This record gives sequence, structure tokens and C-alpha cells, in this order.
Amino acid sequence: MFVNTGKELIEACSKENISISEYTIRTQIDTEGSNREVVINKMRNNLKVMKDSAEYALKNSVKSVSGLIGGQAKTLYDYSLNEKTLTGEFMVRAMARALSCSEVNAAMGRIVAAPTAGSCGILPAVIISAAEKLEKNDEEMINALFTASGVGIIIAKNATLSGAEGGCQAECGSAAAMAAAAVIEMMGGTPEMALHGAAIVIKNILGLVCDPVAGLVEIPCAKRNLAGAVNALSTVDLVMSGVTSFIPFDDVVSAMYKVGKSLPCELRETALGGIATTETGILLKNKVL
Amino acid sequence: MKNYGVFDILGPVMIGPSSSHTAGAARLAKMASTISGEGIEKVEFILHGSFAKTYKGHGTDRALVGGILGMDPWDIRIRNSFSHAQDQKLEYSFIEGDLGDVHPNTIKFRIFKESGRIVEISGSSIGGGSIRIYEVDGQPVELNGEYPTLIISYKDQPGMLSKISTVLYQSEINIAFLKVFRNIRGEKAVMVCETDSGCGRSIRQRIRDLGDIYSVKEIRPLKEGEENVC
Repeated sequence: MFVNTGKELIEACSKENISISEYTIRTQIDTEGSNREVVINKMRNNLKVMKDSAEYALKNSVKSVSGLIGGQAKTLYDYSLNEKTLTGEFMVRAMARALSCSEVNAAMGRIVAAPTAGSCGILPAVIISAAEKLEKNDEEMINALFTASGVGIIIAKNATLSGAEGGCQAECGSAAAMAAAAVIEMMGGTPEMALHGAAIVIKNILGLVCDPVAGLVEIPCAKRNLAGAVNALSTVDLVMSGVTSFIPFDDVVSAMYKVGKSLPCELRETALGGIATTETGILLKNKVL
Repeated sequence: MKNYGVFDILGPVMIGPSSSHTAGAARLAKMASTISGEGIEKVEFILHGSFAKTYKGHGTDRALVGGILGMDPWDIRIRNSFSHAQDQKLEYSFIEGDLGDVHPNTIKFRIFKESGRIVEISGSSIGGGSIRIYEVDGQPVELNGEYPTLIISYKDQPGMLSKISTVLYQSEINIAFLKVFRNIRGEKAVMVCETDSGCGRSIRQRIRDLGDIYSVKEIRPLKEGEENVC
């Protein structure tokens, strides 16, 4: 069985002298009663779907089912090709990929819930962009996805990954934490460093509410995927420079859960507060529903 | 503390935008379609709670129609399921209703068959694409589709459980969970049997051959087949 806490995860990895991804793969093989090839190939399929969804809306202007969003990923991608960007091609490309997945999702395209459909853009954007920059191959990206899911399992066990339960911090926050940990390990960071990254990411967006306009996974969800990707990528550099989280991962996860529980239900995916009930939010809702 | 596997966290592969409103809806409908069997002419989708309020924007309507046509939650045809329904002469309507004190994402399927029979199935989409069917034709059941699931309807009498489980044992199929339901003694009983590995056609036929078996259906789990989507 998978360990219950971040602390136990670090101990388990250090005992065997293995990475989080290797620990996660081994545990999954035991749980499923299958073998390495089967488990790796399932993740390979996830990676393929992620790549497609991160790519599609960069080149194609998609429109969501409601018509509220779509085309922004292409706008941003074109900008990265044609203009001198402030944060650099790498960052803008990652941002565009996050938007792409979210737009594909909103247009009833195929995505991987990672960990949810609403937060499906963060992990693909971060892993694919990092791998491109660091010249990592598919096998290394697949390992990164296992690192990410290992961290996600700990969050799911001790808190929640659902916006209805814990707000956006639980969905996009967890996705970004998983993504940061994955890239830190991809860059040679230790399991301990990976969890420092995950902790910092969650701290950075602690308290973020879930307030979708018209109750749809579109506004502000797509841009929050973009913000989640940026949060994860900048935290990777912070941690790789040697900076650590003063508050350990397990404490941060427990705080995230408590904060989520104390959010009023209006701010947990019910579309009864926040952005959803602004003047414009209500206008948009009346237009599409 | 609940246990999670890697693919509970990364997955399912699905058609967006919402695991509960789209993937879960497709899965509920596919299960309802499997339970009711072939020859569906018309379906009334009675939507409750959040399903009723947001079904258009979430593509719940297309997912439901796709599911009835046998599409999986990752099937890209879900997007155009209405035109597929037209091709296959499936009629459908969406009705906003109140199904009582149930999960916010709950639906009742009223399925009209060529034979004139009407099948009613109720279920909820309980988050992350997971579902629970809780009623079939007024009979309480509990189905979640996490495992390959056999639904066997048979004449309520002594020894049926033993005969069926013997067939499974001889086929080296391990039963993970098992429930039996019936309304009136000696009439129709239903067995819901979740197994570790699927049965397939020949084993289902062996069960039918036992006698006093009204129907044998098998539902594949959601995650099965995902490795084949690409």
C-alpha cells in the first residue's frame, strides 16, 4: 500500500535509495498485481492524450460548448512566435499549453483528468515544456507523471482534490504541486526537494476559491490552469537553487484541507459566489444557460 | 484513510469538460443501456439537481445520448452523439425533475424498448467520473462499474447461487463482491457479481445453460479499454 504522508514517502524512498517515481511505480505494480510494462504503458497512454490536448488549441481556434471561451491559447501561442515576450518563449509556451488543454476540455475534446478535468492543463503544460527545454524523452516524462501521481496520492489521502470539497486550491493547487515535484525530480532533485516544491506551490495559492461562471469549467478555470503552470515552473527554479519550504509538505496539505473545509459552500463549485456572481458573471450566465 | 492508485489520480482519459457531468453521465447511460439490453427506441432522461441546472453547458446531454448508444467516456463521437442518435433512430428527451433526497448529480432513465417494455434505472455521478446505479425497475441495487460486473437475473429458488458460483470457480474467475436482491420469494431475483477478471461470452452462455436464468449481462469497468484509446 502507498505510504500515507510526505514524511513516510521520503523515508520509504531513502530506505531503498529510489526516487518518488520509482516508489510509485513499484507500489502500483503491487496494488494492481500486474507488471512494470502494463503500468508504464497505461501512463504512456495518458502522456499521449496529454500531448495531443496541449498541442491542439495552439494551432486550432477551438470554441467551448457554451461559446464562452476558446481561441485564447492560439492567440498566446501566435504572440510567442511573433513578438518579443517579457517572460520568454519557454514560459509563454507553457502558459499556452495549459490554456490549450483547458480549451480542448471545454470544447468536449479528449483530455486526462489530472487530477481533475478542471485542472487538466497544468501537468501537461509543465511536464511537456520542461521536457522540451531539458531534452528529456518520453520515458523520462512518464517517470515524471508517476512522481506527480505519487504526490497526488498523498494529497488525496490527507486532504482532497475536489473543487466542490476544497475549492480551486485543491484542484489547480494540487495539480501545480504535483507538477512542480515531478519536474524537480526530472532535474535531479531529491524526494525531499520535490516535496519542498509541492509545499511552496500550495502555500502560494492557499485559499483560492472555486467560482466558475454559470457553473461551467471555463471562466476563470482556463486561466487558473495557466497560473498554476507558472506557479509550478517558477517554484521549480526556486527549489533547484537550494531554497526550501519553511513549512513542511504534510503541514501545508493539512492546512489546505482545513482552509478548504472552512470555505463557505458559495465558494466551492456552486457558482453562487466570487467571479460567478459578479455583474458580468451573471450576465454571461444568463446568456449561455 | 482511503487508498488510491496512480490512475485514480491521473485519469480517466475522458471527453471534457467535467468528470462528474460528462464522463460520469456517459458512464451512467452506458450502464443503463447495458442493463436494459438491446432494442432501445426512446429514452427519457429525468435530470435532478446540478444535472438539471447545468446539463447543456457541460455536455451532459450529449454524453447521456452517447452512453445510451454504447459510447465510452473517452469516445470522441460523444461530441456529435445527437447526429449518431438520429442515424440510429433513437428518440430522446430531457426532463428536469425532482428525484428526492439524492446526490445532486442524479438521473433517472426511462427506457422504452421495441418490445413495448419500459425499463427504469436511477443512478448518481458521485465525482471524478465514478458512478452508482441505485435502482433498477424499482428494485434497489448497488452498482459502480469499478470491476467487471455480471448482472444475472434468475428464478428465486435454493441452489442458484451455488450453481452460478461453481461455473465461475471452474472458469477460474474470482468473485470480489457479491450481492443478491429480490422482491417476492420464488419470483425474479437479481445477482450482482463483481469479479477480478471479465467473463466473456462463453462463460455467460454456460450460466444461461444452467436453467431458470432469465438474463446474463456483463458490464466492463470504466478504466478497462483506456489503454486502447489512442
